[in-house]
Amino acid sequence: MCDTCGCSPEGGAVLRKPGEEGYHVHIGDEAGHHHDHGHDHEHGHSHHHGESRKVEVEQDVLLKNNLLAERNRGWFEARRVLAINFLSSPGSGKTTILEKTVPMLAGEWSVAVVEGDQQTTNDADRIHALGVPVIQVNTGTGCHLDALMVQRAVRELDLKERSLLCIENVGNLVCPAMFDLGEAARVVVISVTEGEDKPLKYPTMFHHADLVLLNKTDLLPYLDFDVEKCREYAMQVNHHLEWIEVSAKNGEGMESWKAWLTSRLERI
Amino acid sequence: MHEMSIAMSVIDAVTDRAGKEGCTRVTAIDLVVGSLSGVQVESLRFCFSAAARNTPAERAELVIEERDASGVCEECGAQFPVAGYHVCCPECGLFRVRVVSGEELAVKSITIE
Repeated sequence: MCDTCGCSPEGGAVLRKPGEEGYHVHIGDEAGHHHDHGHDHEHGHSHHHGESRKVEVEQDVLLKNNLLAERNRGWFEARRVLAINFLSSPGSGKTTILEKTVPMLAGEWSVAVVEGDQQTTNDADRIHALGVPVIQVNTGTGCHLDALMVQRAVRELDLKERSLLCIENVGNLVCPAMFDLGEAARVVVISVTEGEDKPLKYPTMFHHADLVLLNKTDLLPYLDFDVEKCREYAMQVNHHLEWIEVSAKNGEGMESWKAWLTSRLERI
Repeated sequence: MHEMSIAMSVIDAVTDRAGKEGCTRVTAIDLVVGSLSGVQVESLRFCFSAAARNTPAERAELVIEERDASGVCEECGAQFPVAGYHVCCPECGLFRVRVVSGEELAVKSITIE
């Protein structure tokens, strides 16, 4: 268990489906975090017995997740699925953006969604109401989605060729940055009700992102939020970032967001 | 962040490798932890000693090489040490730096018997 946030990703994430009470799949047991105690070594190696030697390992510690993420990536590419990882702090409007994105693409592109939250199927229920395939990953005490959870969730979705998969990560600007899911792009959502110095406070997240969606622009008249400053900070932490300002509520900027998505969808 | 699951991941990897080499004990683990890897070294040591109990790595000495991060300016090509991602180039003053090292988190080698 992490001594900082108490998360225990091996504690067992669970998949749930809106409208299917009995559906309940445990992930993580097969990831099988186990220690082999008292593992017998072969006595055929007895000439090394007791001798100490150094062995080169050169192994990335997050290897297991990263390997699985690459497998996910390959799987998505083979099926021509554009997988997007949506990251933000809780409450920035990720789910609302997705609720508006689905009808925007209706008739042109198929969309499926993976929702990540500690508990409840609230977000998946909202997406389910739009009639597109969605799975909820409940991480329990976990604070981020990982490649295994995405792999298991995607197995339950019937992803179409040349389609969009939206992965809404657990609301958290710290941990999800560390875990590759196999996505084609990372979209970080910040809202104008947060401080404009968010990119400086959470540089790892912004540095590893492809696009920033600044949401809730409809509230700008009521706030002292400095949009230019926020953008400047974000670009200082990652000068390759793309930047789109939107209001999921009143539709401002959503055409630009749609254009960003469709240009990527057309290229897969 | 997640130092406990990282410690457990290290123990799994070294135990597995030790087993493949026909050994039952890991006496030392050489880890490389980059300053931008997101890992707190002291927290990792603490979690490691807890997680290693009752495993072949129980008495392993954890040797951690902490590597500084460095960046390259994508504007003028200058290379220099960096302490984070919010960095401007000391040569040309622009915020167009790419981090080229310092994000590593790897098991370099293990000593086994």
